[in-house]
Amino acid sequence: MSYIEINDVDLRYGGQSGADNGTGTLALANTNLSVGRDEFIAIVGPSGCGKSTLLKLISGLVKPNRGFVRVGGEDVKKPLKNVGMAFQNSTLLPWRNVRDNVLLPLEIVKPYRNQPRSESAAKRKRADDLLATVGLADFGDRMPWQLSGGMQQRAQLCRALIHEPSILLLDEPFGALDAFTREELWAVLQDLWMRRKCTVILVTHELREAVYLCDTVYVVSPRPGRVIASSKVPFPRPRTLDMTYQPDFVELVHTCRHHINPGSAQ
Amino acid sequence: MKSATVEKLAPWVTTLILLTVWQLGVMAFHIESFVLPTPIEAIQQIYINRYPLFQHGMATLSTTLAGFAIAVVFGLMLGILVGSFRLAYVSLYPVLIGFSSVPKAAIIPVLVIWFGVGTVPAVIAAFLLSFFPVVVNVATGFATVEPELLDVLRVLGATRLDMIMKIGIPRSLPYFFASLKIAITLSFVGTVIAEIIAGNNGIGNVMLIASSNFNVPLVFAALLVVSAMGVSMYTIFAMLETRFTSWSVRGRGLEEFAAGG
Repeated sequence: MSYIEINDVDLRYGGQSGADNGTGTLALANTNLSVGRDEFIAIVGPSGCGKSTLLKLISGLVKPNRGFVRVGGEDVKKPLKNVGMAFQNSTLLPWRNVRDNVLLPLEIVKPYRNQPRSESAAKRKRADDLLATVGLADFGDRMPWQLSGGMQQRAQLCRALIHEPSILLLDEPFGALDAFTREELWAVLQDLWMRRKCTVILVTHELREAVYLCDTVYVVSPRPGRVIASSKVPFPRPRTLDMTYQPDFVELVHTCRHHINPGSAQ
Repeated sequence: MKSATVEKLAPWVTTLILLTVWQLGVMAFHIESFVLPTPIEAIQQIYINRYPLFQHGMATLSTTLAGFAIAVVFGLMLGILVGSFRLAYVSLYPVLIGFSSVPKAAIIPVLVIWFGVGTVPAVIAAFLLSFFPVVVNVATGFATVEPELLDVLRVLGATRLDMIMKIGIPRSLPYFFASLKIAITLSFVGTVIAEIIAGNNGIGNVMLIASSNFNVPLVFAALLVVSAMGVSMYTIFAMLETRFTSWSVRGRGLEEFAAGG
């Protein structure tokens, strides 16, 4: 039983909306994807293949020109209301300290937004607890620019998860970080997800990251994007960095690499 | 001397140097005082006419602040509208540009026909001159919000109002305060022009009467009063700016955290 279902979707950018077929750039063509509840999947592919577009489709930010998107059995016709998102660039609000940034979703998502002020101490504690789990225990009062890139991404993950969304969409969240920080954050993300499961869709171009974190890795073709291959990742959790150097892990990474552009990954 | 003290003194020193150059220039070239008076003569005139100048200065100040206040409220609302709705942007922006290109001095006689001589045309002139920078700046603040940020909010179920209150307004505050500093000085320009053309009091009126009496030192005295008021108002808004948008000025006495992870 799939929780998120993308069925035979075409998506065109720049053309007239609706049923036209000739104009604009075809970003996605005949795309199918099915994600189970609380599954952690990765979407990998060459740049410009419409990976980020897939995230926008799932969250309802863009509508398909053909086919349908369903979440929890219902057609997605407008933006979903309880999704967590994180991006490559820090999108923390520079005028709020880290804690208030993390608390932002609770000011918007129901039922939290309608809760009385008396709840705010409890909410602050909740934000601080979440920050502590990602190693930012004493950083709630800092302003975002006082944090390093890795710390900002940790805080961004907290903001994406504070309202306990059923879907977490990650658009190359670690893409701008150095290799060591990135690997550290893989463990942080895995840890967060194992504490509280949700359906995660991770868009990345880092294959080791995809295999380390995910249950299933989907490979998308160059534009127009289409899911051309998928690999189940069999390794038990929690996964460790050491595992990423084991032959079977490397083998799986290599297989995925081969799907992206066959022949060049010898 | 500490660099902070130097920074505090610098504008005073510069002003003093300019006045000195002016004074020496007039003396060296033997310029008649009804052509260009020396700053000392102008300052003497301020002292001699201190009561009427104070009274008319207050009139100019209150007229300016009234027009400025309307410009801020109106400009803020229009800026939010233009900055957050695409349709409002495409339909209103050309009109705004066209409107702001009209020389305001040319409208003042029309305003006099409509509202008569006095304070009302001056308030309107102050408003007309100063609202445009507020609109443009606030609209820019709104229009340059990172699209990812709006996506984050949208998929939480945020309403338009949420996005304006949580993102748009705080994000445009630095732009807004920057525009206030421009707008307040333009307001003074609007008021004084209107007072010269169609006033019955205010600094502009003092200047008109003084120049028709060839009392050029008094004209310059009045100009000095206007610019002093402009600088004071500018300083007040600059202080408000630092107070409310300190987040946009990073690294003042706060060490940056560059530790990895």
